[in-house]
Amino acid sequence: MSNVATFDTRTEANIPVESPLAYSYRRSGTPAVTTASRVVLKERALLGHLILRGGAIVLDEALREELGINLPGQPQGLVLDASGERSVQWLSPDEWLIIVPGGEEFELENRLRARLGDAHYSIVNVGGGQTVLELSGEKAREVLMKSVVYDVHPSHFPVGKGVTTVFAKATVIIRRPTEDCWELVVRRSFADYCYRWLLDAGEEYGIGVAK
Amino acid sequence: MFYIYCPYCGEHREEEEFHPKGQAHIVRPKEPESCSDEEWGDYLFFRDNPRGIHHELWVHAVGCRKFFNITRHTVTYEILETYKMGEQPSITAETYAPQSSESEAARVAKQAGVRA
Ligand SMILES: [Zn+2]
Repeated sequence: MSNVATFDTRTEANIPVESPLAYSYRRSGTPAVTTASRVVLKERALLGHLILRGGAIVLDEALREELGINLPGQPQGLVLDASGERSVQWLSPDEWLIIVPGGEEFELENRLRARLGDAHYSIVNVGGGQTVLELSGEKAREVLMKSVVYDVHPSHFPVGKGVTTVFAKATVIIRRPTEDCWELVVRRSFADYCYRWLLDAGEEYGIGVAK
Repeated sequence: MFYIYCPYCGEHREEEEFHPKGQAHIVRPKEPESCSDEEWGDYLFFRDNPRGIHHELWVHAVGCRKFFNITRHTVTYEILETYKMGEQPSITAETYAPQSSESEAARVAKQAGVRA
């Protein structure tokens, strides 16, 4: 076990917790999802996000033991567990993003630290700094085509791929966990901007916000 | 659209994701204290400005955020290769042979306003 000081960012204290988009919902509204909505936006707020850095071989072994998921070794790889609730994504040759259901991240971090011991690695909880926006619906890809410089055609962006790229002058991680859903991991401080951008870009497709 | 191949991401990516960081392969003096002012000044401030082959440091800023090197032709702007940090270029000013000397001359002529 390493001697790194860790702490659980979720306290037992009774503090009201708001999603990064709480302000945007109040200020910009939440267009309802109707039968005419060909794009649906849904925030998956307050998930557990961990950045894992180190050598692929050591991390892969630890991750398979503790999370039951292989570390994606190939660039732009995204691997999900059977439930689709937990994922690991390649970000750079020595860096991966783990997303787990909110509340699991601290325990997972501790288990990984215990298993990795004195190996050369780092785990950082970045859950407070970013949030996940989910786009679905037949026109989801059209909305992305207006927003990102990356080619999101299915032949170039199959399920199981994730990239970091430019989204409307901001930075975004785009992921394709399933056939009909796109995930955008955005900075918390850019969440309002991205939300309003998506409402604008999706207006012509009758975008609705699911809560 | 203008694409650059990132050797770490293993695919071509939009130029907007990258930033140039100047001349590549600049080695920091091992013992700065024993450098003369001229040697240290050369290291800090003086860069090559060749007409032709140039090795440059770039960063995939919105992407994998890794630094890598590009061999670029400063007259045609053509990117001849990209390679990882720590690697050496396979194309240098000494080894570079344009596909056709005529077309190269024509391309240079088009850039007549450019002077090294
Ligand atoms: Zn890259």
